[in-house]
Amino acid sequence: MAVAEQNPDADASRTVPQAPAARKPASTREVMYRHSVAVRVTHWLNLLFLILLLMSGLRIFNYHPALYWGNYGYRGVPSVFSIRAVEDAESGDPIGMTTLAGHIFITTGVLGVSFDDDGMPVAGAFPNWLTLPGGPGLGLARDWHFAMAWLFVLNGAVYLLFGLLSGHFRHDLVPAASELRPRHVLKDIWNHIRLHRPRGEAARRYNVLQKIAYMIVVFVLLPVMVLSGLTMSPAVTAALPFLFDLFGGRQSARTIHFIAANLIVLFVVVHVVMVLVAGVLNTMRSMITGRYAIRPEVGQ
Amino acid sequence: MKRLISRRALVAAGSAVAASLVTGCEQISDAPSLRWILDFGQFMSLRAQRLLLSGQPLVREYTEAEITPDFPPNGTERPNSMQYFQMMISNFASFRLTIDGMVKKPLSLSLDDLKALPSHTQITQHNCDEGWSAIGQWTGVPLGNLLRTAELLPDARYVVFHCLDELVRTADGSGFYYESLDLFDAMHPQTILAYGMNGRALPVAHGAPLRLRVERQIGYKHAKYVTRVEVVDRLNRFGKGKGGFWEDRGYQWYAGQ
Repeated sequence: MAVAEQNPDADASRTVPQAPAARKPASTREVMYRHSVAVRVTHWLNLLFLILLLMSGLRIFNYHPALYWGNYGYRGVPSVFSIRAVEDAESGDPIGMTTLAGHIFITTGVLGVSFDDDGMPVAGAFPNWLTLPGGPGLGLARDWHFAMAWLFVLNGAVYLLFGLLSGHFRHDLVPAASELRPRHVLKDIWNHIRLHRPRGEAARRYNVLQKIAYMIVVFVLLPVMVLSGLTMSPAVTAALPFLFDLFGGRQSARTIHFIAANLIVLFVVVHVVMVLVAGVLNTMRSMITGRYAIRPEVGQ
Repeated sequence: MKRLISRRALVAAGSAVAASLVTGCEQISDAPSLRWILDFGQFMSLRAQRLLLSGQPLVREYTEAEITPDFPPNGTERPNSMQYFQMMISNFASFRLTIDGMVKKPLSLSLDDLKALPSHTQITQHNCDEGWSAIGQWTGVPLGNLLRTAELLPDARYVVFHCLDELVRTADGSGFYYESLDLFDAMHPQTILAYGMNGRALPVAHGAPLRLRVERQIGYKHAKYVTRVEVVDRLNRFGKGKGGFWEDRGYQWYAGQ
């Protein structure tokens, strides 16, 4: 096992390196400057825009809670996914019914039928508390969705420009060849399974699974989100008809838009779990102030 | 230290805004103080899409085999007035389309007059703002041809479509459907006043005898039961001034997405 040098400075936790480059060997309770201002600001703005995009998107979905594959889809056309409110034949009670690829799930209380503050059933694919606006209003939901889409794209453009020009992508996101060796990846998977908190040198950079996850989100999921959204616009596809071919038709694009949104939500859930595992105060501080405490190697 | 404090204040303010937006969405989603954000989005979409469409490209057209069965009607499926009923049972023989307003030569055309004009047939995708879409074949007269025949006056900017259907019954008649386009979309070659659908006469449920097709915009822009096309320089004297039945009820006037 590697034994790191003991930091002679007893009060190292208060010291902050002057520049990211000023790296010391793994030392006790060192605080490093981990996230640049650009990353921190775009991260939190992105969170705000994605939440509002998701909520307004779910409200739009509620107006036609069925997904199709191909060029067309409407009431009466077989869907691949749908959320409905039906009436119980015996009791007459409303039942939430979610259908995925022919399999029926009863989802009363969550999808199809939810209950308001007074316990009264409310029909609607996604519950009102999850949508924007929190009730009827397709025009308003579309207004929010498109306004947030613009802000998301502008914020994303700033992030991409910064990432490319500053070397953030090259240095911090692209995995090194050594990190992609099966042995290293397997070890990292094992670290994740046992919820191991990184220490010392390993805590200075993203681990390989983290790098891959961020790269998939930044370079695949979010661009797919934008492009599949644009494919639903009759004005955009008049100018860029190849978008139909890219996604296999307008309704396929809508379905992919929905799936990608779900994958982003899944990413956020895992991301938050990892924040909790790594230490919520330290990671939150590093995403707000930029400063991240490195825990020393075991055995000190 | 001063900078750190102001940064902290910024972070706190940011999180407060985020928290209030998320927790109080119901109250805040249509707050007038946030309207500028939504207007910014509308402005960006209109500007960006106009730039993208500056070459006036055509929307994709489909083959007859791709026409979808049971194209769903939306909005009014049969206007509920005596005037319309009488016209319908006479097979729209008494129907007339008026084109007036800021034109040199106002027109009044019967259905037969319209059918005698050079026609255009297109098989296109109809996109509802709810998310569904269907493919149909439409036959009609390009609106641009009619407007050129009527000769627009120099200040003309918009065309307003007056419809025969009252989507909401009101005492003051404010529930009649109407729509509007600016000349950029009105003059597009695929913008037609259609009297035929899928090789037959336009069905009543789809807007007989005459409906608008404006292929680069969302469903509610495609006014049905059109009886009058009025050329104007501004939209504020119609309805609540937003340019359409749904626009007056909070929907986007420009609906390219």
